Amino acid sequence: MSIANYRGVWVFAEQRGGEIQKVSLELLGKGKELAEQLGENLTAVILGNGIKDRAKELIYYGADKVIVVDNELLDIYTTEPYTKVLAEIINERKPEIVLIGATSIGRDLAPRVSARVATGLTADCTSLKIDEETRNLLMTRPAFGGNIMATIICPNHRPQMSTVRPGVMQKLARDESRTLDIEEYPVQLTPADINVEILEVVKETKQKINIEDASILVSGGRGVGKPENFKLLEELAHKLGGLVSASRAAVDAGWIEHNRQVGQTGKTVRPDLYLACGISGAIQHVAGMEESECIIAVNTNPDAPIFEVADLGIVGDVTKVIPALIEELRILKASNK
Amino acid sequence: MNIVVCIKQVPDTNEVKLDPKTGTLIREGVPSIINPDDKSGLEAALKLKDQLGAHVTVLSMGPPQADAALREALAMGADEAILLSDRAFGGADTWATSSTLAAALRKIKYDLIITGRQAIDGDTAQVGPQIAEHLGLPQVSYVEDLSVEGASIIVKRIFEDGYHKIKVKLPCLITALKEMSIPRYMTVGLVYDAYREKEVKIWTLRDIEDTVDKSNIGLKGSPTKVKASFTKGAKTAGKVHNVDAREAAKIIVEKLLEKYIIS
Repeated sequence: MSIANYRGVWVFAEQRGGEIQKVSLELLGKGKELAEQLGENLTAVILGNGIKDRAKELIYYGADKVIVVDNELLDIYTTEPYTKVLAEIINERKPEIVLIGATSIGRDLAPRVSARVATGLTADCTSLKIDEETRNLLMTRPAFGGNIMATIICPNHRPQMSTVRPGVMQKLARDESRTLDIEEYPVQLTPADINVEILEVVKETKQKINIEDASILVSGGRGVGKPENFKLLEELAHKLGGLVSASRAAVDAGWIEHNRQVGQTGKTVRPDLYLACGISGAIQHVAGMEESECIIAVNTNPDAPIFEVADLGIVGDVTKVIPALIEELRILKASNK
Repeated sequence: MNIVVCIKQVPDTNEVKLDPKTGTLIREGVPSIINPDDKSGLEAALKLKDQLGAHVTVLSMGPPQADAALREALAMGADEAILLSDRAFGGADTWATSSTLAAALRKIKYDLIITGRQAIDGDTAQVGPQIAEHLGLPQVSYVEDLSVEGASIIVKRIFEDGYHKIKVKLPCLITALKEMSIPRYMTVGLVYDAYREKEVKIWTLRDIEDTVDKSNIGLKGSPTKVKASFTKGAKTAGKVHNVDAREAAKIIVEKLLEKYIIS
């Protein structure tokens, strides 16, 4: 393999039912930065059925070029047709970097593709940088529960592949003035390429309660005072698009079910936002949430240990601060319209 | 029906404690367990053994002490256990790990291969799909439910926004979610058998050398390398405000905007 033959940065643009996933736009934001550093182009690759008209969105969010593969056999995601197409284009066009969103689709597709094109893959990267000397991609990811960070390189194989979880990178502002460069890539797929049979597709509108997967958690402790006050937290979580979690004290008091518990005897979470409401911050609790990207704590006790791990602390009563916050968010939303 | 379940021995992160002074993990004395997703997959295999008389083999790659995880699997009811253990396998990334496991699987009879979705110490979710690719098998990952129908299996494949019911012809590979099943306890009789009657076969590089390309195993066969590792710097406490609720709400909103949590 001659590494020098591999040029440019690619983002796999994941769509579901024609809807481009948020994480793919975020990856275009990061991909653009990497491509500029390398002096190369950023290409988005989108696979699906009847999705041609979606391609320009990818340009608006930073792609210099889009490769579209529109085929009825790519309608609903299945592993083999998507792998076959993506691996074929990678082998033909030879990008040096391929970024894929770490969704339940990306985490199925990326390892299969990386094995087919015989290269390395680094999962769930939280930072991506270019080593200016070697042009290698420096892929940093948490290891061992997040306490240790490891920077991974893939020095002798191309492309350098990595997955990134939703919410880690930031998308660029949408810019409709960008020049469209869209290529339709013809592929030969036959029904035999689909080696599984989809019997049923079920959409679940009701979100499953899995606090480990939530990117925003509004968490309540003893300081919430009574079970009815959890409704306030529910309202706030709903407004922010998150879930309600709790400390052991609130669970033991019977205010909320056990599957919401964060901490050593509960679940370990690392959301983008952890809003600790009336939680003192015992070490057993902190162990389960301190890796959160942003921690905001509200507690009446100014000496509560939770403030030691918080990015922002508010000394105050949850039952007063939370309604005020809900109101402030309502005002902000109204002014955005 | 022959089922192979790939399991990994991992440190029990639920038992990991933090050093209150340094904020780092205390690793000493942390017990090892069978990775939870893998154990759920093992239970699903054992259920098929109960129902259909399937033959269940457990396969692991790891240091000699991974023997304990395989004995536990035997004590739960697995029929056979194989441990891939050789210095040559050490330092492997997911590509090299999957290449090594695939080489062993080429020597074992299987209709269905089950791996866990991901291991709690690495969280990559890569080894299962990579094994499937090396063996040229159809794969379904994120499986929550499994049943056999003739020469196929029917699985429930979970997505963030719903699920698919999928039929796959055997042979194939699935990756199991923890939610798939609640692992049974070991029985006293089987524990006795696991340590006295049954054996954990140790396979070294020599046992698989005809089914693996040696340039694909261990540290040397790993495309990805660890360039540096570092502990996250201890977090310094942020600012604490003692203000009225209205002011507090404004400060919080400002923070949420700054962190792109809201826009």
